[in-house]
Amino acid sequence: MTQLMPISASLVVPGIPQGLDYVRLLPEIVLSIFGIAIMLLDPLLDDETSQKPLGFIALIGTLAALASTWYMGTAPGYGFSRMVLVNDFSVFFHYLVIAISAVIILISYEYMSVQHIRAGEYYGLILFGTVGMGLMTSSVDLVLIFIALEISSIASYILAGFRRRVAASSESSLKYFLLGSFATAFFLYGVAMMFGATGSTNIEAISQSLQSSPAHLLVYVAVALMFVGIGFKVAVAPFHIWTPDVYEGAPAPIVGFMSTGPKAAAFAVLLRIIFAINAPGRFWIIWVSAALSMTLGNVGALVQSNVKRLLAYSSIAHAGYLLMAFAAAPEIGASAAMFYTAAYAAMNVGAFAVVSHFASSGERYVTLEDYEGLGRRSPLLAAILTIFLLSLIGIPMTGGFFAKFYVFSATLKANLIGLTIIGVINSAIGSYYYLRIIVMMYMREARKEVPVTPVPFSLGFALVITLVATIYLGILPNRVLQYAQQSAQVLVSPTAPTTPELATRQALF
Amino acid sequence: MVPLSYYLVLSGILFACGVLGFLIKRNIITIFMSIELMLNGVNLSFVAFAAHWHALAGQIFVFFVMVVAAAESAVGLAIIIAVYRTRETLNVDQVNLLKL
Repeated sequence: MTQLMPISASLVVPGIPQGLDYVRLLPEIVLSIFGIAIMLLDPLLDDETSQKPLGFIALIGTLAALASTWYMGTAPGYGFSRMVLVNDFSVFFHYLVIAISAVIILISYEYMSVQHIRAGEYYGLILFGTVGMGLMTSSVDLVLIFIALEISSIASYILAGFRRRVAASSESSLKYFLLGSFATAFFLYGVAMMFGATGSTNIEAISQSLQSSPAHLLVYVAVALMFVGIGFKVAVAPFHIWTPDVYEGAPAPIVGFMSTGPKAAAFAVLLRIIFAINAPGRFWIIWVSAALSMTLGNVGALVQSNVKRLLAYSSIAHAGYLLMAFAAAPEIGASAAMFYTAAYAAMNVGAFAVVSHFASSGERYVTLEDYEGLGRRSPLLAAILTIFLLSLIGIPMTGGFFAKFYVFSATLKANLIGLTIIGVINSAIGSYYYLRIIVMMYMREARKEVPVTPVPFSLGFALVITLVATIYLGILPNRVLQYAQQSAQVLVSPTAPTTPELATRQALF
Repeated sequence: MVPLSYYLVLSGILFACGVLGFLIKRNIITIFMSIELMLNGVNLSFVAFAAHWHALAGQIFVFFVMVVAAAESAVGLAIIIAVYRTRETLNVDQVNLLKL
């Protein structure tokens, strides 16, 4: 046996996956296994009781995936014939999307029992969606990016329609599905043109080919079409029309999920396409789209009376702020965008946790009127929601402040005075409708009898996590920012290893 | 031999037909079919480019697109059935509970 070892080692053909390849995909593998286990266990368990244990398994799955992300981070490099690339950038986003789904699972616990939805596949789909999102952030080949995008999208199409006996929910699912596949087709056409212009689907090869030869017209069209596809997923104007409708009809915890997880992953893809490919002709697309998203999002939110719709418009506006960073220089812009996704995830998931608890059975209480006098009836919940809303405005001491601060300073450094001014004006407009909710909660008497149920442990835990994350990012943003900057470095120049330790590892493997 | 541009123009026309169908048609199933037409237009350009570059990646991409399209239609039809059950219509103009 010992004699055979060197022979078998020399027989290794490049392209056949090695042990290390699987390590570089470990979080996805773990999540898939847990997802499949949930699907298999679901029919074996009693309908009435299946909810709790399956949710618990899903939670364990996300925790195991977080641990395996850490393990994956110890083995950076390419995997599966340069299809995936593990570096600080992908590890950052893996932590983010998996943490988001863990918190969403905690929130769903109570929501599912209140809404009387008994379906174990709900948790399985969240895990499968997370697989897609994780894969989106680590893939460096347009083939894999497309497949990952679809894995995450298909899971969210189903999740959006999970209250399937409610007409609004299936309608929201239908709209999301039709417009989502429409946008995917555009993305795919862009990929085809990029392949036609450069002869490769590998992002690094595309970037090299674009550097060596002057950009073809085809490349400009390809970048524009790919931007349409990704722009839809992150809900930036003018591809945002679906957002309010889908967010209004979908289950509240899923809205928290859709507005942060797939969005963070899609922004990661956009960062790769824009900065790693160094996409030509991107500047004005981003400039116009960012300015439009901020303005339309904030102005649209002013007139909303439904909290879920209001937060949908707010998420369009936030996508606009985030997109501003893409117009800035790669090093600063990428890290500012990454910080923003993390801060936005914390505060928005938190806000939706409160909304989904408060919505109660059948999502009856989701209008602004229902929030009147909440400050008196449930001071703690109101206070927590206030913190999230203040963070969404961008008040200092919260994550939202530093997120906006870094983006604005990145655009100022890039001398984008006009865009920065539009951003600042929009932040001012935006504070109006967030403050309106706070005013409703504290300064109005309740006109309707809205029951406030006690907060169960799982939801309380989710609220504590999001609250701590929001405040932590607002008081001590340095660690996360440094990590984001370090990751942005590997994104811009993927060949340059960040640390000496990483260099030796790459030499070893 | 048929030049590359012929394939690309045809693929562009197919894609445009799909977009047009998506925007004009009112029946959900027809809209859904228009999306498939768009995907097939893209597939054609992938294959044409693959032949042009002598790169197999383009042809393999087509397989993946087909697989994804199949998964998408499975989910899509399920969603359409769910909508039909609650609304008893397949006309998009009548699926308007959530106002834009």
